[in-house]
Amino acid sequence: MSDIRLEARDLAVEFTSRGGDVAVALDGADLTVKTGEIVALVGESGSGKTTLARALTGLQRPARGQVLLDGEPLGYTGKALKAFRRRVQMVLQDPAGALNPRHTVYDSVAEGLRLHGLSRHDPDGRSEEQQVADALSSAGLRPPERLFLRYPHELSGGQRQRVLIAGALALRPDLLIADEPVSSLDASIRGEILALLLRLRSELGLGVLVVTHDLGLAWNIADRTAVMYLGRIVEAGPTEEVLAAPQHPYTQALLSVVPEIERLEPVVLEGEVPDPTHIPSGCRFHPRCPALASGLAAAAGVEDDCHRVPLPVLPASEGHRSACHLVAAQKGTTRV
Amino acid sequence: MSLLKLKGLSVTYRTEEGPLPAVRDVDLTLERGEVVGVAGESGCGKSTLASTVLRLQPSSATVSGQVLVDGEDVLTMRWGDLRALRWAGASIVFQGALHSLNAVRRVGQQIAEPIQLHEPSVGAAEVARRVGDLLEQVGLPASRAASYPHQLSGGQRQRVMIAMALACRPSLVIADEPTTALDVMVQAQVLDVLSGLVKELGVGMMLISHDLSVLADMSDRIAVMYGGRVVEQGPADQLFTDPLHPYTSALSASFPRIGDPAARYAPAGLAGDPPDPRELPPGCSFAPRCSLAIPDCTTAEPPLELKRPGRGVACIRVGESV
Repeated sequence: MSDIRLEARDLAVEFTSRGGDVAVALDGADLTVKTGEIVALVGESGSGKTTLARALTGLQRPARGQVLLDGEPLGYTGKALKAFRRRVQMVLQDPAGALNPRHTVYDSVAEGLRLHGLSRHDPDGRSEEQQVADALSSAGLRPPERLFLRYPHELSGGQRQRVLIAGALALRPDLLIADEPVSSLDASIRGEILALLLRLRSELGLGVLVVTHDLGLAWNIADRTAVMYLGRIVEAGPTEEVLAAPQHPYTQALLSVVPEIERLEPVVLEGEVPDPTHIPSGCRFHPRCPALASGLAAAAGVEDDCHRVPLPVLPASEGHRSACHLVAAQKGTTRV
Repeated sequence: MSLLKLKGLSVTYRTEEGPLPAVRDVDLTLERGEVVGVAGESGCGKSTLASTVLRLQPSSATVSGQVLVDGEDVLTMRWGDLRALRWAGASIVFQGALHSLNAVRRVGQQIAEPIQLHEPSVGAAEVARRVGDLLEQVGLPASRAASYPHQLSGGQRQRVMIAMALACRPSLVIADEPTTALDVMVQAQVLDVLSGLVKELGVGMMLISHDLSVLADMSDRIAVMYGGRVVEQGPADQLFTDPLHPYTSALSASFPRIGDPAARYAPAGLAGDPPDPRELPPGCSFAPRCSLAIPDCTTAEPPLELKRPGRGVACIRVGESV
């Protein structure tokens, strides 16, 4: 199977509040996810990671930029979206809320098949029951028949999350977009669901975009990691490089506060991600940047740039990149 | 005398489906200026433990054992003494600040309320000054007193909850999942505030969390709960880096150390789910999920025994090889 690519190109999403303020939740993002790879999109609340994920599934119409599947731009007609969503499925967070409490497991999983007219017209000639059973088995719920008539409240948190994943798998998509797939689960269950995502990638060749605030999750399963801050991807690359040798001061700060023993000197940033109706000038991270506050940026001669010169959107690429004036200056010096 | 001492504490809820033993025979002590972490997953009994310390358990609960705060048993205390103890002697920071704060009152009024109730002689100007001080103590400007909860972010609301818990200068603070819904950076900020309180005010803190890595960072000692019992306890750093009980090992491994090559593409987890307290498996509650289980594990519940200096472990497989 040749790779199928889901791409965001300079994607931007804006929300207008009643007062007329425009919040730029996503301010230009380039990102690619291919079949057979797991990409983690990490960031704090308000970083725009969920907005990017929603735009990539066609749930959110962008103000600017494009979503492309296999090079084809996504159209926003009902028909185009339906065809698109069969191939790109979203797994929602909070399995307790995302399942209809009055639907059995069977109905929850079969719903997508029915909507897409696959119940009676499976390309492989399987019955609806067989398709539901296959999807539940793929999600690690075996034997599947035992769960058909259960209701969500009869399931554990881990089982509910698997049912949601099975509902997505039933359509045999190329790509899954999973928004915080384990954040509401107990620690001991978390590993099993992450192992399932790894297995789906190796057995079915699925591509997975995982949206999370959990850097440990990215370290556990992601091939590549992209870090978001205030509507932009500020650093991206192979997970080993981004998380073990972070370049951007924001990524460094985030990693330093992951609670662990024997860790980096914690850099606790003040305040929170600013309001997206008032994005700071220059580098959007500059008001909280520890490298600017400590004088590192001044020593490298980029202090003015940090305050005034906006950074370009990071291009999607396989390599390790970050959007930071200081990093650019340091790279420049090492090259000379 | 210990600030807090739990002796053989058990809590059982009456439910339509039969008795639910939420906490079973827990012993725990906490000194002034010390942080004791209580770790465990949903349904392990850790939140029941927290509310029972202040006798806040629902009326459907039957409690046995003792909860001694400064040597006085909270469970048998007269109502007036209990009322004095709550807020002024001990207070709780609940999880979910959004739902615990009153949405239609300014946060300053909410912080002032326990002061007004417990110290009626304090004048209005003095109350306002103390509210301002409390907000500053948790890293918020005093002017935030005029805000409503919806005007604050999640981290700020959690700080308000902490300020409120400190309003009557208690010596014991129980923090039940104080950072669960928060981002990692805001979590770090809130944890900084909490450790500052222990250092500067000398309060004793019981910190409850499902996140063993947070507890390892914050606590002096940790107790790990499973199926309503303490299955391991000991010094925090030892327990996290060198867990003895197989459940503690699994819990510790489920928070990977970033940068550790062994954790790449290898998420650690446990098959199965935590037990339903109404239908606890025979013998050791953890046996059905335990990779080290042998037939003897299902015959009797293993007692919490000292396996190393300061390390209590409830597991018959631990110590065999030592």
